[in-house]
Amino acid sequence: MKDQPHLTLPRGGVSRRAFLKGSGATAAAAAAISGTTAVEAAESRATFVAAETVSIELRVNGAMHKVTVEPRTTLLDVLRYRLDLTGAKPVSIDASSGASTVLIDGKPASANVVLALDCRGKHIQTAESLGGKDPDPVVKAFIKHDAMQCGFCTPGFVVAVRAFLDQHPNATKEQILNGLNGNLCRCGTYANVIMAALDAAKGGK
Amino acid sequence: MPVEYRWPEQGKTAVVGHEQDRIDGLAKASGTAKYSYDINTKQMLIARMLGCPHAHCRIKSIDVSPALQVAGVVTAKPMKEAGAEIQWPGEPLAVVAAETEAAASEGAAAVQVEYELLDVYVDDTDRQAAEAAGRTAKGGQSIELEREPGEDEDEAEFEEREIQRLLDEAAKEGVVVEADYGIHAITHMCLEPHGSTCEWLGDKLTAHLSTQNVSGTAGQFAGPLGITADDVTVHCDFIGGGFGSKFSPDAWGVVCAQLARETGRGVKLMLTREQELKIAGARPSGFIHVRVGANKDGVVTVWDSHHWGTGGPDSGSIRPAVVPYVFAPPNRRAVHTVIKTNTGPFRAWRAPDHPQACALSQTAYDDIAWKLKMDSYEVFRRNLHTTRLPDVYAAEMEIAARLIGWKEKYHLHGQGPAEGSVVTGLGMALHTWGGAAHDSTCLLRIHPDGGVETSLGSQDIGTGTRTVIAMVVAETLGLPVNAVKVNIGNSKYPPSGPSGGSTTVGGVAESNRRAAQDALVQIFDLVAKKLNVSAEKLVAAKGRIHVSGKPDQGLSWKEACSLLGMKPLEVRGSYSRRENQPSKLSSETVGGVQMAEVAVDKRTGVVQMRKFVAVQDMGLIINPKTARSQVYGAVIMGIAYALFEERIIDRTTGEFLNCEIADYRLPRLGDIGEIVVELYQPESEYNRGVVGLGEPPVISPGAAISNAVANALGVRVPVLPLTPQRVLEAIKRSNV
Ligand code: FES
Repeated sequence: MKDQPHLTLPRGGVSRRAFLKGSGATAAAAAAISGTTAVEAAESRATFVAAETVSIELRVNGAMHKVTVEPRTTLLDVLRYRLDLTGAKPVSIDASSGASTVLIDGKPASANVVLALDCRGKHIQTAESLGGKDPDPVVKAFIKHDAMQCGFCTPGFVVAVRAFLDQHPNATKEQILNGLNGNLCRCGTYANVIMAALDAAKGGK
Repeated sequence: MPVEYRWPEQGKTAVVGHEQDRIDGLAKASGTAKYSYDINTKQMLIARMLGCPHAHCRIKSIDVSPALQVAGVVTAKPMKEAGAEIQWPGEPLAVVAAETEAAASEGAAAVQVEYELLDVYVDDTDRQAAEAAGRTAKGGQSIELEREPGEDEDEAEFEEREIQRLLDEAAKEGVVVEADYGIHAITHMCLEPHGSTCEWLGDKLTAHLSTQNVSGTAGQFAGPLGITADDVTVHCDFIGGGFGSKFSPDAWGVVCAQLARETGRGVKLMLTREQELKIAGARPSGFIHVRVGANKDGVVTVWDSHHWGTGGPDSGSIRPAVVPYVFAPPNRRAVHTVIKTNTGPFRAWRAPDHPQACALSQTAYDDIAWKLKMDSYEVFRRNLHTTRLPDVYAAEMEIAARLIGWKEKYHLHGQGPAEGSVVTGLGMALHTWGGAAHDSTCLLRIHPDGGVETSLGSQDIGTGTRTVIAMVVAETLGLPVNAVKVNIGNSKYPPSGPSGGSTTVGGVAESNRRAAQDALVQIFDLVAKKLNVSAEKLVAAKGRIHVSGKPDQGLSWKEACSLLGMKPLEVRGSYSRRENQPSKLSSETVGGVQMAEVAVDKRTGVVQMRKFVAVQDMGLIINPKTARSQVYGAVIMGIAYALFEERIIDRTTGEFLNCEIADYRLPRLGDIGEIVVELYQPESEYNRGVVGLGEPPVISPGAAISNAVANALGVRVPVLPLTPQRVLEAIKRSNV
């Protein structure tokens, strides 16, 4: 775990541009901290992002972690840079790749568009929690059906399939083809992922 | 007696050729595999670059000082000087390192640049317009005619006249297709963007670089940094996609190392998604005007074409030598013009030139079938004698036809039954690729306690390199796969070639098989002495070294290794193409046949994949499981450029309009239809040894799918990708 030194940034509002540029942060969260509405904050003249750092506790893969975050810090940044859990990947600026999929209270979410602040009190699970000595049946099925090539999209895909099968334990091929389109793979592992998901649906929990 | 390097006979292997799970599968699937993007060093800074917002401009001034005012920013530096001309959008102008990613982005956006805007040229579709604008360069030509010019005849005039004569003859007795086809530029779109995490220990640099070229990049860092390659370690255990675009550290890799040196801290600089698409590699576009003549049996007698396209501001685009593709009719001329545009420069993209050449020419072959009212399969079959692998293609075509149900489903172009507004069709295409093994060296170490490890500066770009290496060594030493440790991804290991052009599996198989066979000779000698038998009689199988046919008369692997004494046995395996070919372990050149079945909705223009069959030869198959994945993946990448993806450039400003994932269309899991992969490995293939597989199956999908759509509609949609808009426009033009 490598905690980066953190600067306390100047107080002030949040510029519209800062909203747009700040690694997936949303106006609402910054506003929530500064006590203004998003619109007011966006209209403010100050140049820098309001960033009083806040110390929070996050429950990740069953363990509690104390981290200091800025309002704009995403869950993905906390996972990757503070907790060194790098299974969730930064691929898109929005949720369109699925590469940073994690489970928040059992539901799939793209960690790059979720603010760390909003995760207080929630149970976060990453792909790493599905591995280990006795891997989750979905991980096993991915290995058996070789549903990976470069592997960069794979942890996100594994978590998405886990979440999908939790919702549809007896998923049919039809359901899989319709329900797992949120994850992007450039190497073209979809055919293998379909096989893996079907197998896990049948043999898994 | 020198060792003869060869594989066991087909069917007599214990490991090679058997389905093997990836040995790094758990790490990849559960997110513990560390990519360059994932390396976090102590006290690490994050760097971000400011990319040029204009497609063509001159930098009047650049001031990084406002970036230093941004909280969290530690350092900033320009990457271009005032006066520099920028030729494509996104070109890095300045770099900022900060405590967090967000602060680095803020800082990069704060850099002040004054630009002088220059004329932008981006249209790669209109050759005449580009010529008029002075934006073209000769791309060469290839020509082959059966007849020779007379003694005093001017060669150029003769060629012109002869081609016209042949076309006239074909028009009279057979058919001439005169048509235009095209395929737009796409990007590499590696899911892990280009970049590195760099750290210095004293004067020594460790670059955790996302690269397809572990052994070749240390020197590329060293030069610009004023050090020598021995002071650089390039490390890359996993790479999140490369596809031909990650052979070099690039300017941003070097600047990352500089920032790390200047700040005394680790620095991570990965491209943003937008930058990845704009500057980190594109595949050249291609457009062609073709006149092709065939006799009444569909045998092509003459091909005449002029093609053009863009690979960015300088060069690039498709070599005329591969046009027409696979087929080499007796009379042919292919002329090529390069169009220089203000777009990101091209890089090698999986099977450079081949997918475009295939899509530009095998569509014309299919249109011959359409015009002659013949079965496309017949036209392809009757022209096989003009290919280099007629027998392989013929055999693969039969298999593919059976798997897709060609005979039962085929109808003449546009004459199939319609279900409402939906029509279906079949199309096919052929491809070829070299895939010779690259040069490779490995160090195999066998420890006295039986431990086995092999180390080489190779990399796994997704093909399963580690697994293949472990299988080769395990096969040779008679051990289970998990008894072999594979060390790759570090430039301090013995050098092994870059992973490009389908060369890796052949290369690493060569070096490791050689090393393991050599090592075994030494172990056999020790065991032979111990057991007082002849070394020639010994075999290594099932974890034992024993007398052939007498498993009891031998030693366990561990016992055998204990005879080494105190020191591990180290054997270097080395393969170089120049010195070691011909080799029984590897060779080159494959074919491959693909067939597509699509459904097209004439009302909406949507093309849906129904089924896709890929039959592929690749010599000897080491791991059918990962080999099949390569083919699946290639087909899906092919479906992507056939139906979905293209780089969309604003004609006026040169802006790259769809450079984010949400806008750059790629297929998703539900878009691919049924894919059937058949690995073609008769004994004749097996005995050739290993031939690379990565590139070939990505070549045919464009032409095969385009041909299937033409077969469904009875109308050619000439330009790829076949988006609903292009399909509807083609239908409208032809009034079907
Ligand atoms: S395995 Fe490479 S992006 Fe999916």
